[in-house]
Parts: sequence; C-alpha cells; structure tokens
Amino acid sequence: MHIEVRNLNKSFGDFHAVQDVSFDIKKGQLIGLLGPSGGGKTSILRMLAGLESPSSGDIVFHGKRVNDLPPQERGIGFVFQNYALFKHMTVYDNIAFGLKVKKQTKEQIRERVMTLVELTGLKGFEHRYAHQLSGGQRQRVAFARALAPEPQLLLLDEPFAAIDAKIRTELRTWLKEMIERVGITSIFVTHDQDEAIEVADEIMIISKGRLEQKGSPWAIYKDPQTPFVASFIGESTIVEDVGALKGFDSAAGKPGTKALIRPEYIEIGKPGEIRLASAALEANVKHIHFRGSEWLVELEVGSVKLVTYRSLEKDVLQPGDRVHVLVHRAYLFNDQESWIQENSLKEDPMPIHI
Amino acid sequence: MRKLWITLTYVVFILLLIIPLVEIVRGSWSEGWSGFTEGLLRQQSLHALKMTALIVVIVTVLNTLFGVMLALYLVRAKWIGPRIKRLLNSLVDLPFAVSPVIGGLMIVLILGPSTVIGTFFEASGFKIVYALPGMVLATLFVTFPLMVREVLPVLQEIGAQQEEAASTLGAYSWYTFWQVTWPSIRWGVIYGVVLTVARSLGEFGAVLVVSGNIMNKTQTATTLVYQDVENFNVVAANGVALVLAAFSVGLLLLMEWAKKRKEVH
Ligand SMILES: Nc1ncnc2c1ncn2[C@@H]1O[C@H](COP(=O)(O)OP(=O)(O)OP(=O)(O)O)[C@@H](O)[C@H]1O
Ligand SMILES: [Mg+2]
Repeated sequence: MHIEVRNLNKSFGDFHAVQDVSFDIKKGQLIGLLGPSGGGKTSILRMLAGLESPSSGDIVFHGKRVNDLPPQERGIGFVFQNYALFKHMTVYDNIAFGLKVKKQTKEQIRERVMTLVELTGLKGFEHRYAHQLSGGQRQRVAFARALAPEPQLLLLDEPFAAIDAKIRTELRTWLKEMIERVGITSIFVTHDQDEAIEVADEIMIISKGRLEQKGSPWAIYKDPQTPFVASFIGESTIVEDVGALKGFDSAAGKPGTKALIRPEYIEIGKPGEIRLASAALEANVKHIHFRGSEWLVELEVGSVKLVTYRSLEKDVLQPGDRVHVLVHRAYLFNDQESWIQENSLKEDPMPIHI
Repeated sequence: MRKLWITLTYVVFILLLIIPLVEIVRGSWSEGWSGFTEGLLRQQSLHALKMTALIVVIVTVLNTLFGVMLALYLVRAKWIGPRIKRLLNSLVDLPFAVSPVIGGLMIVLILGPSTVIGTFFEASGFKIVYALPGMVLATLFVTFPLMVREVLPVLQEIGAQQEEAASTLGAYSWYTFWQVTWPSIRWGVIYGVVLTVARSLGEFGAVLVVSGNIMNKTQTATTLVYQDVENFNVVAANGVALVLAAFSVGLLLLMEWAKKRKEVH
C-alpha cells in the first residue's frame, strides 16, 4: 500500500519525540528506519499502526487519511521488538488469532495457518508454547502471526534485536525473500546499519525526532546530506584541522570547516608504493588491529588521527612504521554547508604532455 | 538462637490460633450434639448465616467486577492523566488505612435516614442504611482494595504489548480481554476472590455500625456471635463461630492452592 506521512509530530508531555517528519513510501517497498537509540523510530512506527495518536500531522494510506482509524481497521501487521506472542496460546493459535477475529471458517483458518507454518519453517512446532521456542523461532511465529490476516503494511520493530549474530544474518535474508514473495509494503526498525544497508530498498535515518535523510543505501552512503548522516553511516573519523591534509587547501580557507574521512577514502603504502607521491602525507603507524578479513590501521599525521584498512595480501605493517598516506576525498562541512571534495592534488599538478 | 525463635513462633501460633479454635469446638459441643444444633438452628442463627452468605455473594461479585475494571483503567487507560491515576491509586488503599467502624460511620453519615440522599432513597422505597444495601456497601468498602491490589501488579507485569498485538490483528477490547488478558490475570482474580470472600465473611465493625444489628433483619453471623456473647449464650456463640471458622480454614487451603497456581502462571 502507498503510504504518505505529512508533518508528523508527537509530544509526550513537554518532550517532543517526533518532529515534522514527512515521507512517502511506494507500494511493495522495504524501508529500513535507522538511527540512534531514543531517536523516535518506535514512536513513528506506533503512530503508523495506530497504537499512538500523533500530536499533529497526517498519515495517509492509499490516499485516505487514517489518523482517526483504530489499529483494528488499518490493515497492518506489527512485529514487536520482543515479539509479544500470546504466551498462553500455542504457535497454531497465535498464528490463527487474526483469522479467528475475522470469523473465518475452521478449514480456512487451518489452511492459512498451515501455509504460514510451512512458509516460516515452523512445521512440527504448531503445538508448542512461546516459552518452548528459541528466539529465532519466536521471531518467525511473530512474523507469521502478523502476516496471517494478509495486512497491506507490515511494521517490524527491531525484529532481530534478540537474536544472535549468526542466525540474524540468516533470518534477515529469509525475511527479505519472504517479504518480496508476499509483495507487501514493509517498514522495519533497526540499530544495525549493516542490516539496513543489506536488506532495505530505502533507508530513513532518524535522529532526535527528525528525519535526517531518506534514500537508497548507496545514495545515503555516497551523498550524505547532513553531517549527522555522514558520521552515522559507515565508519569515519572527524578531522578538525583540514589544513593538515594535503590537497584540501580550498576548504581550509573557509572558517570552521571540518572534514569527515572514511577508512575507504584513504590509501596507505610504504614509501614509494603510492603513485601520486606529491599528494601523499607522511604518517606514523600507531596501532594495528586484526579485523578478520583485513587489518585496521590507526595512523598519526602530525597531530591528526586517521583510520584505514589494509589488505592482508600486502606487507604487514608494524606500529612505529613510517608510511605514506593519500586521502582521496573528504566529506567537508561547516555551519552553513556540507559537500564532498576530491583531493585537488590527484590531478597531477605538472601533467607531462608527450 | 534460631531454635528459640522457631519454638517461640510455635508457641505464639498455638496460643493465638489453636487454643481458641479448640475452645470454640469444645464450647460448641459442651452441651452435646443437641446443644450445638439448637444453637445453630435458632431462627436468628439461620437468618444471620443467610444474611452473611448473601452479603458474601453480592460483595464478591461486585468487588470482582469493579476491582478488575478499576485495575484495568489504572494500568491501561490512556485518557486518565497520570496525576489522576496516582490519586485514584492511593484512594484504593484508603480502606486499609481507615478503621472499618469509621468506614461504616461514613456511610451512615452520607446515606443515613437523616441525610438528604438517604431521605431521597427512602422516599422512593429503597432503604440503604439499617438494611442490606448499606451492609453490602460497608463490606464493599472494606474489601475493595483486595481485588485491585491483586490484579494491578499482574497487569503491570504482563505489559500492554500482547493486547496491542491483538489490536493490530483486528481484535477489539472485549475479545482481547477474554482471549488475551484474562488468561494472564485469572489466578490473580481467583486469589482476590478468595481474599474477598474471607474478608466479607468475617467483617464486623463496618457492618455493625451500618446494620444496627437488628435480629432477624440485619444481623449477620459475626454480629450474632457478638450479641450471643453479650447475652452469655456461649454455646450458641461457639456454634456459629465454629461454622465461620470451618469456612475460614477451607478458604485458607483454597488460598494456598490459588497462590501456588498464581505463581506458576
Ligand atoms: N510513552 C512515552 N512517554 C514518554 N516518553 C516517551 C514515551 N515513549 C517514548 N518516549 C520518548 O520518546 C523518545 C523516542 O522514543 P522511541 O521509543 O520512539 O525511540 P527509538 O528510536 O525507538 O529508540 P530505540 O532505538 O532505543 O528503541 C525517547 O526519548 C523516549 O524516552
Ligand atoms: Mg524503539
């Protein structure tokens, strides 16, 4: 279902938890709500579900304003963070709940429940109670229960929060496939940016009650529109003194400008390894950490600290080694503006014409 | 040292509970089976026991309904502000703090025959004070916290999420209450019922003030025991007391059982 949210606000007493949030979601999309704790993600989800009423603003489903519609009539499915399974009901009865409410016949209910049990890989567990299931199984029951009445919109509040890392990746791939197969518009909340980047068609970054940016994971990574988004997505270090970096002199001229540099923006090499020697800085290796598939290298350029990765294939660096560093680009920002700038020395200052 | 305390506990237990109970049994049987039945089968005894039974049933039903409802509102209702909730919450405990006699007196002062409200009701042929409604009201006042205090913490503990999940699945409040909430609070409610029955069975002070203790009209089992003792009719007093005590022991066992089930669920 197509969803439109206009200037949504929510206050709890004098605390403004959600501030002027507006967005559109196209039918069939999977949206990830990402942001720091207390940012207002759950509040937005609960308002979409009708569990909380907005202080102001409009929620529109399919061109129809639903602000005054109770949750029962919104045609949504909700998966709670801790699943909220009906604890005195079996898996079967949990999934059947929404169908019984709709007064479907016993056979219809049986058929639908068994389909979902099959779909979610819960066969053989129909007669268990919630406390007899593992976290991942509970998550699937919650998912099947929410899907049973064929909602138009599926809302998932940190659906994987209570599950360990390994199963988590499995489950989220499973979930994405499942959602694609059913073709249902879905919004899920997460703390984990890898999860959002991997699963979502589009990501919405929420911080301090505001929608910072909405876009595809790639767009958000490539073109962050606020310093917050830039620092929140991916790893990064902030450099206060832009002048210390070679090739960003034009930015250093603007007062108050800082640079945000991601590890993947930086190239390092032993002296001589970097082709554009004129753009490279001298640096000192401070620490190295093994990261499973690569080295994480902490560097010191004068008083500036930088972080980057180094392939396991290359020579192992040691703390104290002198290396050359090339900063390919930086995300620059000050109070007025923010932009991404390539290293100006990368175009060879003295091109050799043959 | 520990042994001493345990022994002391037993001594107190025997002194306070067992000896009186034995005395009641002996007293009621001191004139044999016929004395016991005679005391119990007097018209006023039968009437008093009937009144007590009636009050217990009515009060338990009302207290269960209102207690569960109030607990639900205090925990779940969004339209009641937090301040009012806090106020109501402390008002619930008022009967614990106020002596039952004072509670009874308040009812007489508000609804008695010489007050505006009392006169109004009496004019429409509905007597409250010195009649069954007043006695029910007085007992209700005394027992009111019992149900709320049993159910409220259970509701708080289970949280609203299961109910919210039910609402997103299309269930309205009545269906949600019976299918989702009730199974969780069931044993709390049953425990509350047992407590209410026990308390209303034994209520004396509030009822005495409100009822006027009129024989064969507004006399309950407890106020009858009191009157019999006043009149040195010890055998009859013991007989009625024995019936009450037997019920209490039964309730105590029921309470233990309900408490165990409550902990399991
Ligand atoms: N019922 C409430 N009463 C008062 N304040 C609330 C209530 N619900 C949420 N808040 C506040 O609103 C803010 C946003 O809460 P919300 O639960 O939406 O955050 P969130 O983004 O989901 O955080 P998390 O990632 O930790 O779950 C928080 O500061 C929270 O304290
Ligand atoms: Mg949350």
